[in-house]
Amino acid sequence: MELLGFERPDGSYGFRNHIAILSSVGCANDVSLRLGRMYPNVLVLTHRQGCGQLGADKEQSARTLAGLGKNPNLAAVLVVGMGCESITAKYLAEEISRTKKMVEPLVVLEEGGLMPALAKGAKFLHQMLDAVSPMRRIPCGLKELTLGIKCGLTDTTSGIASNPATGMAADKIVDAGGTVIFGETPEVIGAEHILAKRAANREVAEKLYGVVKICEERVRASGMDIRGANPAPGNIAGGITSIEEKSLGAIKKGGNRALQGVLDYGEIPRGKGLFFMDGPGRTPEALTGLSATGAQIIIFSTGGGSPAGSPISPVIKVTGNPHTAQRLQDHIDVDVSSTTRGESSLEEAGERIFQELLRVAAGRVTKAERLGYGMVSVWNVGPHM
Amino acid sequence: MRKAIVMDNKDNVATLLTDVEEGDVIHDIPGKAGGVQIQQKIPFGHKIAIRKIGRGEAVVKYGEVIGKASEEIAEGRHVHVHNVESVRGRG
Repeated sequence: MELLGFERPDGSYGFRNHIAILSSVGCANDVSLRLGRMYPNVLVLTHRQGCGQLGADKEQSARTLAGLGKNPNLAAVLVVGMGCESITAKYLAEEISRTKKMVEPLVVLEEGGLMPALAKGAKFLHQMLDAVSPMRRIPCGLKELTLGIKCGLTDTTSGIASNPATGMAADKIVDAGGTVIFGETPEVIGAEHILAKRAANREVAEKLYGVVKICEERVRASGMDIRGANPAPGNIAGGITSIEEKSLGAIKKGGNRALQGVLDYGEIPRGKGLFFMDGPGRTPEALTGLSATGAQIIIFSTGGGSPAGSPISPVIKVTGNPHTAQRLQDHIDVDVSSTTRGESSLEEAGERIFQELLRVAAGRVTKAERLGYGMVSVWNVGPHM
Repeated sequence: MRKAIVMDNKDNVATLLTDVEEGDVIHDIPGKAGGVQIQQKIPFGHKIAIRKIGRGEAVVKYGEVIGKASEEIAEGRHVHVHNVESVRGRG
């Protein structure tokens, strides 16, 4: 099975060919947005982190932002910083340059303020457009694909059809030598014993139990009941009663292969196969984390029909809810509701998702891409100073 | 088209694949030759008890515990947040 991708200098393949303007810090967002208005063919990646953060939280933001820049779907990156922040544009550009892709830092205070910075940024973007726009796709194997998987706006059809069918597509990628990363730690609570049985070794199982325990302890420390936040009101309206029920359905989206590792949020895996990424279920943070791990494409299994997307990775929306498939055609790429109704098998549904994945990898524009839906939101785990 | 699905033979709940009204009979329940008679109006995607679940008894779906019944739930009644308590993620 062959895919068509854009070969990058480090030997990886992108399935999109974007130039991105990446803010290193929230204070630089205005500059990134202004450049984005001047150059509408370029992605603008803004967020709220990058300064006033401590320890592990700062490291996580730096790792995630660097990971986004390294994603093979980005052919070139202009990193915009102010010059006074803790996660600097120069640091991120240096990290991203390990992939040997075209990357430039733009530091507003060093350039002498906003107007000179915009002029310098414009010059870089012209150079990038000249270099990137003539690039063409070439054949590559399925082993070059890192597939991210997320579920959202879950209802009871997710556990019946869209999650297990997505898992079958995931198995095909792993079997072909590719990489699959799924996550959402709160949605393992109550199902960790099932997932841990598939861990490749004891260390992986222990790390999985560890991240789930930390997640549940955070809830307990807050003195609150997880219910209301997760399952969210939309999940409860869709028939999901408890976090355990949601989790037991949610873990099916990762398929049935051995779990090779548990990644930190936004961590790029070493090696191929199936990985779990620690992180929240909340959609913008979950999708951002998956894009930062290097996922070039993300499958999003949904009951209620979220429009969610990622600016970097095309997101394929799959639903097993027949009402959602009918009502929200603008959001849904693959309808597997016939499997919910018992009229087609999970294997057939998995094959339909896999075929859509191949089409999207070859350039078919997903519903979330058509709608221009999606933003960067980095999972923040510490106080802002 | 099936009207409900039981995910595992250990389960004491089924997930509805259609809206139901009181008095409807659901026939897609393994081991229930006469079906399960619905006791109240319940929407698509929600769960019904396919046998009596005692107060404090585990509610089982996918063959796994998804919570404990906070009151007795009669066969054919709605099983949801009003009568099931999660046992995880509680402060």
